Amino acid sequence: MTATSLTSTQGAGRAGDKVFSGAALAAGCLILAVLFGVALFLVVQAIPALTAPAAEIQGGAGFFAYIWPIVIGTLIAAVIALVIATPIAIGVALFISHFAPRGLAAGLGYVVDLLAAIPSVVYGAWGATFLAREISPAYNWLADNMGWLPIFQGPASATGKTILTAGIVLSVMVLPIITSLSREIFLQTPKLHEEAALALGATRWEMIKMSVLPFARPGIISAVMLGLGRALGETMAVALVLSSGALTASLIQSGNQTIAAEIALNFPEASGLKVSTLIAAGLVLFVITLAVNMLARWIITRHKEFSGAN
Amino acid sequence: MKALRFGRHAAIAVIAAGALALTACGSDNATGTTPAGNQTSSGPKVTGTLTGIGASSTGAAMDAWKAGFASANQGATVQYSPDGSGAGRKAIIDGSAQFAGSDAYLKDEEIESSKAVCGPDGAINIPVYISPIAVAFNIPNVTELKLDAATVAKIFRGQITNWNDPAIAALNEGVTLPDLKVTPVNRSDDSGTTTNFTDYLASAAPEVWTDKASGVWPSSLQGENAKGTSGVVKTVTDTPGAVTYADDSAVGGKLGTASIKVGEEFVKISADAAAKAVEAGKPVDGRSANDVSIKLDRKTTASGAYPVVLVSYHVVCSTYDKQETVDLVKAFENYVVSDAGQQAAADSAKSAPLSSSLAEKAQKAIESIKVKS
Repeated sequence: MTATSLTSTQGAGRAGDKVFSGAALAAGCLILAVLFGVALFLVVQAIPALTAPAAEIQGGAGFFAYIWPIVIGTLIAAVIALVIATPIAIGVALFISHFAPRGLAAGLGYVVDLLAAIPSVVYGAWGATFLAREISPAYNWLADNMGWLPIFQGPASATGKTILTAGIVLSVMVLPIITSLSREIFLQTPKLHEEAALALGATRWEMIKMSVLPFARPGIISAVMLGLGRALGETMAVALVLSSGALTASLIQSGNQTIAAEIALNFPEASGLKVSTLIAAGLVLFVITLAVNMLARWIITRHKEFSGAN
Repeated sequence: MKALRFGRHAAIAVIAAGALALTACGSDNATGTTPAGNQTSSGPKVTGTLTGIGASSTGAAMDAWKAGFASANQGATVQYSPDGSGAGRKAIIDGSAQFAGSDAYLKDEEIESSKAVCGPDGAINIPVYISPIAVAFNIPNVTELKLDAATVAKIFRGQITNWNDPAIAALNEGVTLPDLKVTPVNRSDDSGTTTNFTDYLASAAPEVWTDKASGVWPSSLQGENAKGTSGVVKTVTDTPGAVTYADDSAVGGKLGTASIKVGEEFVKISADAAAKAVEAGKPVDGRSANDVSIKLDRKTTASGAYPVVLVSYHVVCSTYDKQETVDLVKAFENYVVSDAGQQAAADSAKSAPLSSSLAEKAQKAIESIKVKS
C-alpha cells in the first residue's frame, strides 16, 4: 500500500484542501507584505530627515542628537514598567495556577484579562489626573530621603507627572500580558514533575522552585519581551501622563520623553522636514520593537521542547 | 474546556468592543454644535463640496461653521481635515485644497508661490477666529494678579521661582502673596497657542525672552508640560503654585487669570479686549489690497487692548478656475465672518467675535474673489 491510497481521493475534498492552503498562504504572505510596506514607507519618508543638514533638524544638532535622548527615555520608561510588572505578574500567575481555589482562579484570571481591554487613553487619563497628583508627596519624600541616589535627585516635580509615574502606568498596562502568558505556561508544567517533587517531601514553594519555574523560564522571558514591546510602543498613556523635557537621570523630576509620545504630540501640526524627522523617529522605534519581538521569538524557539508555545 | 475558553475570549472581545464604542461616544461631545446660521442666507443658495485643510486649533469652530453652513445651504458641504497649519498652507499653494486654515498668515514667499495656482494676485488671508490667551495660575486665595510682559517672561523662564518674589509684589500692592514655589506649565504638543504666547513674550519682553516665537516650547527651558489646552489647565488646577497659558475659554474653576500691563494700565482678559488688540494691529506691508493679514502689535499701548491673542486665518485663492467654486467659497467665508458665523464659533469654541470693522474688511476681501480671466 502506498501512502496516497490513505488520503481522501474525493475531488471536493481535494479542492477544499487547495483553497484552504492557498488562503493560508495568502494570509501569511499578506502579513509579510504589510510589514514590508510599513518598513518601506518609514524608510522612504525618513530619508529627508536622515540626509538633511544637521542645523535644519529640530534642536539644530542633527538627527542623531535629536533621537538618542528620546530612545533612552523610551527605554527608561519601559524598564521601569517591567521592573514593577514582572514580579507582580509572576506572583499573580502563580497564585492563579497553583494556589487559588478553582473558582477564584477562574474569576481572577478573567479580571486580569479585563485589564488588557481598557483603552490606553483611559489609563493615560487616570495617570495624568489621579495618580500623578496622589503620588507627588511620595516623590517629595524620596527627594528628601533618598536624594543622594541620582535617580531620586530633587527637587521633585510639583505635578508628579514624571517618567516614574509614566512607568507605573505602563506597568499596569503590561501586567495582563505577562500574567496571562505566564499563567498558561505554569499550567502546562508536567503534572508528573510536580507530583514527584511533592512526593520527595518538597513544600509547595519548593515544588514551584524546583519544577514549575525552571520549566517556565523561557516562557516567562518571552512573556516579558512581549510586555516590553507593548511598553515601548505605548503612545497615548505616556503622552498624557509625562511632562516631557530634556534627558535627565532623575526619575522624579519632569523631563525625558519617549519616541511614541514625541510623535503623537508633534505630528498634528508638523509639516515638511519635521514630518520626516518624526517618521524617522518612528522608524527607530519600529526597529527597536522588531528586534525585541524577534529576540522573544528566538528565545521561544530555542527552548521549544520545554515551552508551552509548541 | 475548549468551549469555556472560547467563551471567555468572546466575552473579552465583546467588552473591548463596548469600551471602544464608549470612547467613540465620548469624543462626539466635542463636536456637538448648534446649527445657528439660518439667518445668513443673504447670498444665493449654493451646492457642491468645498475642501479645506488646516489648523486643528480651530476644529471646534470649524465644526460649528460646517453645521451652520450646511443647514443654510442644502446640498452644500464643507470638508475640513485638521492636519495642521503647515499642511494647510502647503495644500492651498499646490492647489490640493480650496481653502486652508492657518494660525499664521502666509509669508511673502508663500504668497509668491501661490500665484501659480491662485492667479496673479496669489492667495489672500482672511481673519476668521480670534482667541485671547490667558495667563492662568493656581494660587490659594488669589484670583487676580497684575503682571507685565517681563515678569511673565521671567516666570515662564524659571527666573522667578517663588510667588512672593519682589518683582511680582511690586506690581500687586495690597495682595498677600504666599511663600509658594512657582511651577510653570507649558504645552507639550506643537501648538498655535504656544506660537502666539512666545511671540508676545519675544516682542514685548525681548530682554528676558531671548528665544524666537515657536509652536514648540524652547527645549532649553526647564518646566512642566502637559498635552493640549485641557491638559495644561487640568495640571495647573491640581498643582498649587502652577501657572500656564491657555485659551481663555478653557480657564475656569479655581484658577485666577492675570491682567496684563499695556501702556500704563492693566488690562483684564476679555473677548472685547482681544478684539481691540487685533484692531490695533497693522495691515502687513506689501500685500494686495484685498489681503487682510494683520501684523499684531504686541507692544500696543492702545487703551483696553489685550495683546496676548491668537488670530487664525482662512487662506483662499483670489481667483478660482470655476464659477461654482467661487460661489461656494464666497458663500462659506461670508457665513464664517458674518455675525451668525462668529456667534456659532463663540458658542462652541468660545472665541472672540471679529469686530465689526474687521468683519467688514474681511467681507470686502471675500467679495473680491472671482473666476480666472
